[in-house]
Amino acid sequence: MTGFDADERGWFGDFGGRFMPEALVAALDELTVAWQEAMADPAFVAEFEAVLRDYAGVPSRLYDATRFAEHAGCRILLKREDLNHTGAHKIRNVMGQALLTKRMGKTRVIAETGAGQHGVASATAAAYFGLDCTVYMGSVDTRRQALNVARMNLLGATVVPVDSGSATLKDAINEALRDWVASVDHTAYLFGTAAGPHPFPSMVRDFTRGIGDEARAQCLELTGRLPDAVAACVGGGSNAIGLFTAFLDDPEVAIHGYEAGGDGVDTGRHAATIVAGDSGVLHGARTYVLQDDDGQTIESHSISAGLDYPGVGPQHAHLAASGRATYHPVTDAEAMDALALLSRTEGIIPAIESAHALAGALRLAKELAAEKGPEATILVNLSGRGDKDMGTAIEWFGLDGAAAPTGGEGDVS
Amino acid sequence: MSVAPAFARAREEGRAALVGYLPAGFPSVAGGIEALRVLVDAGCDVIEVGLPYSDPVMDGPTVQAAAQQALDGGVRTSDVLRTVEAVAATGTPTVVMTYWNPVERYGVERFAADLASAGGAGLITPDLTPDSGSGWVEAADRHDLDKIFLVAPSSTDERLAMTTSACRGFVYATAVMGVTGARATTSDLAPPLVARTREVTDLPIGVGLGVSTGAQAAEIAAYADGVIVGSALVRVLLDHPDDPPAGVRRLAQLTTELAEGVRRGGALRGDLARA
Repeated sequence: MTGFDADERGWFGDFGGRFMPEALVAALDELTVAWQEAMADPAFVAEFEAVLRDYAGVPSRLYDATRFAEHAGCRILLKREDLNHTGAHKIRNVMGQALLTKRMGKTRVIAETGAGQHGVASATAAAYFGLDCTVYMGSVDTRRQALNVARMNLLGATVVPVDSGSATLKDAINEALRDWVASVDHTAYLFGTAAGPHPFPSMVRDFTRGIGDEARAQCLELTGRLPDAVAACVGGGSNAIGLFTAFLDDPEVAIHGYEAGGDGVDTGRHAATIVAGDSGVLHGARTYVLQDDDGQTIESHSISAGLDYPGVGPQHAHLAASGRATYHPVTDAEAMDALALLSRTEGIIPAIESAHALAGALRLAKELAAEKGPEATILVNLSGRGDKDMGTAIEWFGLDGAAAPTGGEGDVS
Repeated sequence: MSVAPAFARAREEGRAALVGYLPAGFPSVAGGIEALRVLVDAGCDVIEVGLPYSDPVMDGPTVQAAAQQALDGGVRTSDVLRTVEAVAATGTPTVVMTYWNPVERYGVERFAADLASAGGAGLITPDLTPDSGSGWVEAADRHDLDKIFLVAPSSTDERLAMTTSACRGFVYATAVMGVTGARATTSDLAPPLVARTREVTDLPIGVGLGVSTGAQAAEIAAYADGVIVGSALVRVLLDHPDDPPAGVRRLAQLTTELAEGVRRGGALRGDLARA
């Protein structure tokens, strides 16, 4: 592994570790051992790869987005995770964790979800492996995302609305942890992102790193060289760490993460945890946290539910602090412009999460093109598809009338 | 300061100590101080002041509701320390129960110093284990504060030894695998946990999670050195939002009942010892 990996106690430099109730420590230790043994077992790795290949549609393709690139100024390659089963990179993580759950002999899984994407992926994995599944979801989100609640129900999962705190993703995590404290002997917690206590940040990274491993090889095959930069959106950071890991030891490849800037970082309504947060402890790890002067968590804001989280995975905190990766905010408006542009130029409607990476890449392309010319290449993780975001798009662009979205090419006839 | 003298006195009296919990700032800072003083007057040997936190993963709905009410009321970390000062002034050892991030944000060293100068006896840390690498053990030692870590039914023997060796004051044994909240029956996981813990430490062992009646307190006092009650006390105040004097009266009644419970349990322990 790389010099940017965690030590045996889950510390990525000053970040990570394990800040958890003693009641869960034995289970986390058990999980750590099971995960390490599984990753060292060729049979487990082969089964994981087979499930992703035969069921989830992985490896995803690397796509040369030439028409989109005309607006960028340099070459843009898209890693098409949006084409995976359930429509995002998240299937990699849940299939890995659910396979591990089977191996550990547990019969039930729990998960938290914000907009419902990780909940749907977890319910899917549970159906595939024949596991009981309970998903915790903030009650505000269950109302906003009724379609995803129905999808989870159809897949056989129980969805529990969470009313405590701000009734959003962070509170759903709290409630899932409360369930887990009481059910840990037969239940696995399928954590949805590369955050939380050790071993989750490293384990989720291991299950998602195929994104970057595949993309690196695909890029070499397609272009004969490595990209000049890789770009991904960062909420908790699972798709980003999945892409970045393969490139950490390629110093010639710049690494850029794009956080949700919401209405703008200076407005206070955002989810740009690394850019504007402070070091603290949230959900079991030391990382950057949006918090007030007393260490109370501040509610985050983003048009993208998948990025709307006041913490971030500790490996990203470490990559930021060490300077290996750079993190920037992208506002709601910039992301929605990029969403419209990709839709119009390539016929691909991206998830709003992924649109943050696209918007970041458009910005980065100007700098790279100026520095290295139009042959410069940015590899962007198109982490999910935008079907789930049509409600937001309708509202944002006013699509139900005659009005057309701006930011794309004018003539669509 | 330390809780040690309070546990020693209870032991001399052949009984368990009663540890009572309420969050600071609930229902208000002044009201919280008043309620905690009621606990002292009605027979608590040790007071736990909760530091309200936005993401309390070890707490059930009752304590969550009180903490949220306190946060909505604007309670600050400085108010928690003010509460400790007011309660510790009664002479009853007073500890803070807090999730870790507010301490880290305040500054670990600064928190230890300010807690000590407020007369606080130490800290209970539900989401911090001694091996977290937080710097708390060192700061607490510098300021002569108790370090009360939790042990759980799921703790391995190795972890019980590691955790108790880092504790000072007492060891907090969580009676159930679960979060805080009153339960109808006492846990059958607690006695074996206390027995396993006794094998690795001479420190007093307090049992918490789910205790709400005098009878339950008596049952636990028969085998533990401390009985910790939180949610049941919080519930009394939550149930009297419009009549604080009635809430305070009921709080005193329940505390008295619990104090009698730890004495009955102690007698039971004496009977067991003689049998």
